[in-house]
Amino acid sequence: MLRLLFILPTIVLSTVVSARTIVVGKDQPVTSIRKAIELAGNNDTIVVKPGMYKEGNLVINRTIVLLGENFPVIDGEKKYEIFTISGSGITIKGFQIQNSGQSALNDYASIKVIDSKNIVIENNRVINSYFGIHFSNSSFITIKNNTITGMPTTEQNTGNGIHLWKCNNALIDNNRATGHRDGIYFEFVTESTIQHNRSEKNIRYGLHFMFSNNDRYLKNTFSDNGAGVAVMYSHNVKMEGNRFEKNWGPSSYGILLKDIRDSHIQNNTFFKNSVGIHMEGSSRIDASKNMFKENGWAIKVQASCDDNNFYQNNFFGNTFDIATNGTMVLNKFYNNYWDKYEGYDRNKDGVGDVPYHPVSMYSMIVEQNPNALILLRSFIVSLFDKAEKAIPSLTPENLTDDKPMIKPNKL
Amino acid sequence: MIRIEHINKKFKRLVALNDISAELRKGQVISLIGPNGSGKTTLIKSILGMVKPDKGKIYFNEELINGDPSYRSLIGYMPQIGRYPDNMRVGQLFSMLKNIRNVPAAKLDEELIEKFRLEEIFNKPMRTLSGGTRQKVSAALAFLFDPDVLILDEPTAGLDPLSSELLKEKILKEKSKNKLILITSHILSDLDELTTHIMYLQEGKLEFFKEIEQLREETGELKLGKAIARIMKGEKFNNEWIDKMFVPKDSFGEIKGENKVY
Amino acid sequence: MLKLSKYVLYDIVRSKVILAYTAFLFIVSFSLFNMEDHSSKAILSLLNIILIVVPLISMIFTTIHYYNSYEFIELMLSQPMSRRKILLSEYGGIALSLVSSFIIGVGIPVLLFSPDSVGFSLLFTGISLTLVFTSLAFLTSVKSRDKARGIGFALLLWFYFALIYDGLILMVLFTFSEYPLEKATLVLSALNPIDLGRISIMLKMDVSALMGYTGALYKDFFGSASGMLFTMGIMFFWIVAPLWWALRVFKQKDL
Repeated sequence: MLRLLFILPTIVLSTVVSARTIVVGKDQPVTSIRKAIELAGNNDTIVVKPGMYKEGNLVINRTIVLLGENFPVIDGEKKYEIFTISGSGITIKGFQIQNSGQSALNDYASIKVIDSKNIVIENNRVINSYFGIHFSNSSFITIKNNTITGMPTTEQNTGNGIHLWKCNNALIDNNRATGHRDGIYFEFVTESTIQHNRSEKNIRYGLHFMFSNNDRYLKNTFSDNGAGVAVMYSHNVKMEGNRFEKNWGPSSYGILLKDIRDSHIQNNTFFKNSVGIHMEGSSRIDASKNMFKENGWAIKVQASCDDNNFYQNNFFGNTFDIATNGTMVLNKFYNNYWDKYEGYDRNKDGVGDVPYHPVSMYSMIVEQNPNALILLRSFIVSLFDKAEKAIPSLTPENLTDDKPMIKPNKL
Repeated sequence: MIRIEHINKKFKRLVALNDISAELRKGQVISLIGPNGSGKTTLIKSILGMVKPDKGKIYFNEELINGDPSYRSLIGYMPQIGRYPDNMRVGQLFSMLKNIRNVPAAKLDEELIEKFRLEEIFNKPMRTLSGGTRQKVSAALAFLFDPDVLILDEPTAGLDPLSSELLKEKILKEKSKNKLILITSHILSDLDELTTHIMYLQEGKLEFFKEIEQLREETGELKLGKAIARIMKGEKFNNEWIDKMFVPKDSFGEIKGENKVY
Repeated sequence: MLKLSKYVLYDIVRSKVILAYTAFLFIVSFSLFNMEDHSSKAILSLLNIILIVVPLISMIFTTIHYYNSYEFIELMLSQPMSRRKILLSEYGGIALSLVSSFIIGVGIPVLLFSPDSVGFSLLFTGISLTLVFTSLAFLTSVKSRDKARGIGFALLLWFYFALIYDGLILMVLFTFSEYPLEKATLVLSALNPIDLGRISIMLKMDVSALMGYTGALYKDFFGSASGMLFTMGIMFFWIVAPLWWALRVFKQKDL
């Protein structure tokens, strides 16, 4: 305490009035972060020097800026939740936060934020935690430039990378989430933006998004996730410029859309997914200018979908372009480019003169009897498809792209 | 040398061989004659093991013919129509058979190759050869390994007179080596001077198998053809065929007249 | 036996058909690899050729060759050679030439452009199918004396394995759609060498994920060492059984 009195004047001099800076480090007057947090008042800044800090659970509920210098390591020793935050105007920046405790009961996190406002979590490395960054009931959040790496074992004993529950006005920008159950998890989150993130190699979903309206996710990359991306029970979602790739497995999707309304899917790339877009109970979705390349199914539309528009998309090398279990007359396809299209363009307007049937007979057979997939790439299947093209009988007659493009759309 | 015991062979309904028994010995030159479909070729093929008789046994040197192919190394066979791998050259055919038989060069009899001048066409592929040339090749192959038994199916058919004569000389020469020679032929006059025995088949039945001397004695004819004709006349054979068989021919082996009896 | 095979082989290699076949395979494979920007796509197109064209050509070529060498076989039979030896030599010669065609025509392009496990299983399947269908063709040829009938029967058999069998599987799947059929289809399709070949290649490619639960089941099974042995065993059975049967018929046959 005496030592602190000596250095206090210098701190006061170097900062604005009523805002102090407390430096924490081995050779500093304050050696523990816990102490610094105790000392700090509202609007103070704590600067943490490099080193290893094992201090159990750190609770912050005043307006503090916590800055790490050269990534000081805060270790939870696999026992504790590391930061528990509740308040407003709190920033945590520049730390390596590792080994949080694992508890399915308490949802331990590396950084847990509850009932807060104006929180910034920036430029941290979160390693081997149960939940990475966990927000609930908060607003005006910025989560930026963090790297969250889990060491996944099974779905049950790992939490999500970035987890938001009942939040609004969040910005999730340029983070990397990998090795968790879900890379990014949104439930009851509104007016938020997820952008420039990479979410890959998570056990379940790259992005798990439910009951969250009026949100945008832009220019993210979701790859190699167990089940891809799920967007469910939401409306007014803007999905633009994302890459969904290599989400490959028996029940894996580029995006799984369930009960989605009034949303946009634009300029995305779907590459090498088992299913590019799987759509159920969704309506009034505009999917345009997307690239579907080398997916098993580019788009699966269940009969429960209506009033969706698919236009100006490009389809390349997908095993099945479109599959459906119904007649799908309520959805529209136009001006797409299909690499399997064999029509002609006599008036040279760039639009094919005969309609394209994007649902093959085999895809109908498979839809009725999934076991028939065993015949994939067999002679009989190609014969069926050729015959069906000549004399359509089984495939939905009205499901056509009447204006298929001769050349790929410029995206 | 070859003993045939009660062999029977049916092709579906057609009786090809009907209880045939015979004993063929060294030094015999047997003319196997009979109309088309009388079972001549079937009999030959049975001896060669190509056709499996339904009943009966065939012994070669007192050993039952029963799957083991080694006895065939003592047989030279000249088929009626010799067809060979199209792209194989004549020389290769010979070297292949030599290779398969694995007989030392000293024991090979290449006389016919020389006489037919086959070496000149050793570089030709088999498919380019005419029917007659193929016959020459077949003949040369049959004699090549100096076998104890020669089975010649219509040997002179399709050969030009000169080659035909050469072949006959060769057969005579082999005859003198005390070999068993079995020849099928429609044209008897060709073989007059060679034959020691006549075996006559009709509708699968062995009508007779007699020494030529005996035939001549019985009929008082010097010419083989006439001798047979005599025999036939006394019996109920298909006389029409016999008449045709002894129609005089020109040297090219073509039939001149129709009904004139020789 | 090898001696004779050598001559059969020589005869076949000199015929233009086998050269045309080799050239066809080579040109098709090479241009597929050059046309497609992804070698996996080329492999998929090659897959169709291997599953359809290779068995067909193997069968037709073998049948025609067998009937054309009928007299040659006769000639060999008049030699001190057993029937077993003669037939196996013929088989050896034909099989070797067809397999060499395949290795040159498809093997070289695959090794150049896609020398991975997919490529190798493609080659394995192609070679196996060549041997299987050569074997089957021997059976049909030996069984019927008439060339036209022999070729007709060979075509029918090819049609059965390439097409009708899969149609029957489809029928079974729809007839018994209420039952869990994953294992039954596994067994059923493994019994057809063409299907078995197709599935073993597909499991090496990532399209297998499309097969859902059945695919996972297959992958577990065929991916394991015992599964690989099983594949080889079935292929081996399809090579040996028809040939053995053909041999039995040939031994009793009148020529």
